[in-house]
Amino acid sequence: MDALTTSREARTAAEAKPAQPKSAWARNENALIGTAAMLVFLAFWEMSVALAWVNPLFTSSPSRILRAGYEMFADGSIYEHIQVSAFEFFVGYGAAIIIGVPLGILMGWYSRVNAVLDPFVSALYATPRIALLPLVMIWFGIGVMSKIAIVFLGAIFPILVNTITGVRTINADFVKVARSFGSNDRQMFLTVALPSSVPLLLTGLRLGLGHALVGIVVGEMHGATAGLGYLIATAGARFQTDKVMVGIILIASAGVAMTELLRRIERRFERWRPSLGG
Amino acid sequence: METPRQPKLEVRAVSLDHHNERTKQVLPVLRGIDLKVFEGELVCIVGPSGCGKTTLLNAVDGLIDVTAGQILVDNREITGPGPDRAMVFQHDSLFPWRTVLQNVMYGLELQGKLDKQARKDRALALVELVGLAGFADHYPHELSGGMRQRVNIARALVMDPELLLLDEPFAALDAQTREFMQVELIKILARARTTALFVTHQINEAVFLSNRVVVLSARPAAIKEMIDVDLPPARTLAMKHQPSFLELEQRIWRLIEQEAETTGMLTVA
Repeated sequence: MDALTTSREARTAAEAKPAQPKSAWARNENALIGTAAMLVFLAFWEMSVALAWVNPLFTSSPSRILRAGYEMFADGSIYEHIQVSAFEFFVGYGAAIIIGVPLGILMGWYSRVNAVLDPFVSALYATPRIALLPLVMIWFGIGVMSKIAIVFLGAIFPILVNTITGVRTINADFVKVARSFGSNDRQMFLTVALPSSVPLLLTGLRLGLGHALVGIVVGEMHGATAGLGYLIATAGARFQTDKVMVGIILIASAGVAMTELLRRIERRFERWRPSLGG
Repeated sequence: METPRQPKLEVRAVSLDHHNERTKQVLPVLRGIDLKVFEGELVCIVGPSGCGKTTLLNAVDGLIDVTAGQILVDNREITGPGPDRAMVFQHDSLFPWRTVLQNVMYGLELQGKLDKQARKDRALALVELVGLAGFADHYPHELSGGMRQRVNIARALVMDPELLLLDEPFAALDAQTREFMQVELIKILARARTTALFVTHQINEAVFLSNRVVVLSARPAAIKEMIDVDLPPARTLAMKHQPSFLELEQRIWRLIEQEAETTGMLTVA
C-alpha cells in the first residue's frame, strides 16, 4: 500500500513537469521581433534626417547621437556626470531600502506603530515628491545632499507602502503554523513576514526605482553643478540636441538595467512558484 | 485500565468563550469539557459542524487561551504552544517558498537546539517515514494533495511531540486518497509511537482510526458521549464493512443527528 500510493502520487507530480526542448528561434522569437522593430525605427530616423525631411537641430539622429556620445566618453567629460548621478542614486535609493523595508514590516505588523506613522506616510505618499524640491534645496543646498534627499523621498514611499501591504496580506494559516511551532517575534518576521511579502516588496522596489530616477533628473535640473540631469538641462538650453539625447539614453539604460536586475532577483526568490502556461 | 495510568493529556473542566471584537458579543464555544487521553491512544473528536472541535484542538495546542479550566500535558499545565505538542493543520499550510525538507525542518529550526546537519538528518528520516523519500527537494506545488498532507504530518512528527494534534488533516483530499492516508497514518503513528488527538467530521474516519471517539454536543460544546472502539489495533480498510464497524458508525451518527436537530441544522420535513 505504502509503495503503491506514493508511486501513484509521484507519477502525477512528474506529469506536471513536461520538458520540451525548443529551437533557438522559438525561444527568442519575441526578443528578435522587438530588436527588428527597433532597428527599422532607427533606420527610418536616420533616413529622415539624411533626406532632410526633418531638421536635426530638433530631432538629432542616431549617428549624431553616437558621435556625440563617443566624443563625450573620449574626452572624459561624461564620467563626472555619471559618477555624480550614480552616487546620488545609490546612496538615496539604498537608504530608502534600508529604512523602508524594516519600517514597512513594523508598520504592517504592529497596528500601534502604523497608527502613529500612517498619517505622515499617507500625506507624503500623496504629495508629489518633486513639489518638495525647493524645500529640500533650502535645507541641503545645491550639492549632492539635496539630490540624495530627493531620491530617498521619491523611493521610500512606494517601498514602504508595498511592504506594509505585503505584511498585511500574509496568509493567516502561516502565522498560525509559526505560532504553533513556538516562533518568537523575530523568527516570525524572518521566516513568515519577510518571505511572504517578497512579491510586493519587489514591486515596491521597482516603483521606487522609477521615482528615484525621476528624482535624480529633476533634482539636477534645478540647480546642480554636475550629473546627468544637469547635463541634459544645460545641453538643452544650448540646443545641443545630440548631447541631450546621450544623457537621456544613459539614464534610460541605467533604468532598464536596474529593472532587469530586480527582475533577476525576483526570479531568484520566486523559483519555488509554479510556472504558468509552461 | 485497571492500573491507574498517568494521562498524557488531561482537559479539566475547560470552558471557552469567543469574544467578537467587532460586535462585542460573547459566544460560548466550549462548556465544561473533561477529557483524558492516555499514552499511545488515538482519540477522535467528532460533533456537528461548527460545534467547536477545532477550537478545542487549538486550545490544547495553546493557540487560544481557555476561559475556565485547565489543560495539562504530562501533568503540567500548558500556557501556550510548546515543543511537547505539534499540530497537523487542516489546510496543509506548507510554506510554498520552502522545499519539502525545509518545511519539515521548520520547527527544529525555530527551536535552534540541533545543529544544521543534525536537523537535516532528522528531517530526512521523517520525510522517509512518511513515504516521501526522493521528494525532499521538491517544492509543495510540485506535490499532490496527499503528498502535501504527508509533509504536514512529518513537519509535526519531526518535533517528536508527546502529543500529536490533527485538525481534519484529510478533509481536502479525494475519497480514495483519504482512505489510503488513513491506513498510512495508523502505520506512521505506530512507528513513531505517538499519542494523538484527531478532529474530524467524518464518522467513518473517526471509527476507523481511533481507540475512542469523543462526541461533542452542539455549541456550546460539551462532551455528549465517549465511545470505545473495540476493533483490533491492526486496522484494515476491509473492517469498514464489518457489522460491528457499521453499528458503531450508525450509533455515532445518531448522536450527532440528535445534536444537529436541536440547533435546527437538520430540518426534517
